[in-house]
Amino acid sequence: MARFLIALCIAIAFSAPVSAQESELAKIRDEIRQMKQQYEQRIQDLEKRLADTEVKAGTAAVAASKAEQSAASAETATAAAASARSGENAFNPAVSLILQGTFARESQDPNTYRLNGFFPSGGEVGPPKRSFGLGETELNVTANIDPYFRGVAIASLAPEGGVSIEEAYFQTLALPQGLTLKGGRFFSGLGYLNEIHQHAWDFQDAPLAYKAFLGNQFRQNGLQLKWVAPTDLFIELAAELGSGDNFPGSDRNKNGVGSSALLAHVGGDIGNSYAWRSGVSFLRTSPRARSYQDVDSLGGAVTNAFTGSARLWVADAVLKWSPNGNSSYRNLKLQGEYFRFIQDGSLNYNDAGGSALFGPVTGPFNATQSGWYAQAAWQFLPAWRVGYRYDRLNYGSVSNGIVIGGLGPQASDFPILANYSPTRNSVMFDWSPTEFSRIRLQFSSDKSRLGLTDNQALVQYIYSLGAHGAHKF
Amino acid sequence: MTTNLKICLASLALLVTTPAVAALNIFACTPEWGALSKEIGGDKATVYNATNALQDPHRVEARPSLIARARSADLVVCTGAQLEIGWLPLVLTQAGNAKIQLGQAGYFEVARTVTMLEVPASIDRAQGDVHPGGNPHLHLDPRNIAKAAGALTERMAQLDPAAAEFYRARGKAFLARWTEAIARWEKEAAPLKGLPIVVYHKNMSYLIAWLGMREVGSLEPKPGLPPTASHLSALLAQLQRDPARAIVLAAYNDPRGGDWLAEHAKIPVVILPFTVGGNEKANDLFGLFDDSIARLLAVKK
Repeated sequence: MARFLIALCIAIAFSAPVSAQESELAKIRDEIRQMKQQYEQRIQDLEKRLADTEVKAGTAAVAASKAEQSAASAETATAAAASARSGENAFNPAVSLILQGTFARESQDPNTYRLNGFFPSGGEVGPPKRSFGLGETELNVTANIDPYFRGVAIASLAPEGGVSIEEAYFQTLALPQGLTLKGGRFFSGLGYLNEIHQHAWDFQDAPLAYKAFLGNQFRQNGLQLKWVAPTDLFIELAAELGSGDNFPGSDRNKNGVGSSALLAHVGGDIGNSYAWRSGVSFLRTSPRARSYQDVDSLGGAVTNAFTGSARLWVADAVLKWSPNGNSSYRNLKLQGEYFRFIQDGSLNYNDAGGSALFGPVTGPFNATQSGWYAQAAWQFLPAWRVGYRYDRLNYGSVSNGIVIGGLGPQASDFPILANYSPTRNSVMFDWSPTEFSRIRLQFSSDKSRLGLTDNQALVQYIYSLGAHGAHKF
Repeated sequence: MTTNLKICLASLALLVTTPAVAALNIFACTPEWGALSKEIGGDKATVYNATNALQDPHRVEARPSLIARARSADLVVCTGAQLEIGWLPLVLTQAGNAKIQLGQAGYFEVARTVTMLEVPASIDRAQGDVHPGGNPHLHLDPRNIAKAAGALTERMAQLDPAAAEFYRARGKAFLARWTEAIARWEKEAAPLKGLPIVVYHKNMSYLIAWLGMREVGSLEPKPGLPPTASHLSALLAQLQRDPARAIVLAAYNDPRGGDWLAEHAKIPVVILPFTVGGNEKANDLFGLFDDSIARLLAVKK
């Protein structure tokens, strides 16, 4: 009311005839200022009295020990709080920003990074650039849209410029029977690490299996329907349908569904000190002319393109320990995932842009490959952790019909698909003075490239600004 | 294959159609609200405590077991004021339970029923892990528990109208006993008025305000930051000018910083249960305050 009066007075003051003398104006301004001060004082007094009354009301409620009175005082408090949040910005979503960067030293050129024995997955899978490098800056905006939906948008600002949408999805809040529907672009729920954002990982980079089989992280443009069982044991089943644009799929320009996934997770506690989650996921995509660049034995450029079906099985398990469930001082996290990747279809070899010896050649292509990693992160003091990770990919059985059928190109004309099983050892050491900042030192001995060892050392910083995000288990 | 599928589907159907238990299913974020729900709900409420007294309430993870329990909850009872910000929003969005979402009757925040202390005038993380809504450790003022009891009784009556009178009768009986107990505690704790103490975190503010004690310092340099050697020695120097009588920790706090200071400042460390289950005597809300006051009074002797 008082504020309204002030506004009214100001409005009246300003609508005064323009012919008013300067001195009169000054006088009026002075009066308004005085009035404003008086009103502000009175508002403050009123607010103080309101607060006092609340306290008294609370005490009275206790003395009278009546539930009704207590509820009434609660309403007063709520009303008072609500009036403070009535501004235009009251519905602003939660906004947070992640700052990241690295200082890296690598014994091999990161631009020549490849995982020999495996199809290049198209993602940004290479190690960070040498020397100082800015990581992705991530902008995260989240809010409930209405009682039925929640919206999440996460944009990644690339250091070279440009914005990509990491995730942008809606999620239902009010479906019955434990169902949740998610739609838009989102990280698939398969495996364990896939759904977790890079800044929340325990190592700077993804496990080799994620790099080889999922292009770092698999994003669906589509829908996910998830069901949580009404049991004390955590059981979660989900089905995803998507366009399958991303590796192991490809953009097909075709009607219908390009990728589908089925996921199952179970989890629970063992006593107060242990919590676990484990699951199995299956992803099926149908890539059409999913291509990558290679060079033949003469050094000429070749484009290879795979068409067919790609199926991925993932088994994942996570176990966390902390004394009595109190993870503040000490905790241990063990995590591992196993991948089995099956591709059936045909491979097209085209050297027309290079040596032009064979032109386009197509032959059947079948491969069953696998990979796994296991890691441990141990917080031995508040804020301090060490971790170790072992990665391995298995070349498995690959049948390249072009080579076997003698259609021209030899195995040496497919250098990236050479028979090789990459491995990597990594250790990390990080310090997180608060939940919002982390500085990490990481060393890796990376044998992703045939016959070469890349010794990597890097320092990484991760800072989180703004709204307090909740991290997944 | 088909028989396997049938068995699988049948067991799924069984899971879905498991008859709803008549009782009100309550998911309590912290043990004090679990205990309060039990006081009001009696055998008509099944209560699950998401955390225990030895867990730092700020550092809780959205464990799978919490999502599973939230899935079938009728009512979530939490402190609010962003105490559970690090995990509860995730549990709520993952649980697929429309009843307990923000704004629904099945979502109950105690902070909305009490007057908050230490509401920051400005909010900046340079001040540490501050809570914009005020200090969320509000349950250590028993008068707040009384306010919460009134509002929670009504909420439970609303959610389970068939047993409304049952909850109201129990709520009323609890408040009568509680009011009596508050009067007794205030009388017993009269000697604590003005007692200067050092705390670990700003987690005792409501207890201090209620009993009229005096907080002269905290082991954390800023809320949420672990004690550092330099801060502890500065605190020690400060205690030599303005001595405290005790260092008061919660059961979940790391005792190391407190032990160091206790040894050097020659004052005792008092470990309070902080919430229900924090020690063997604090097995309900009455025990929590009986034991806390007894431990503080022991310092005066």
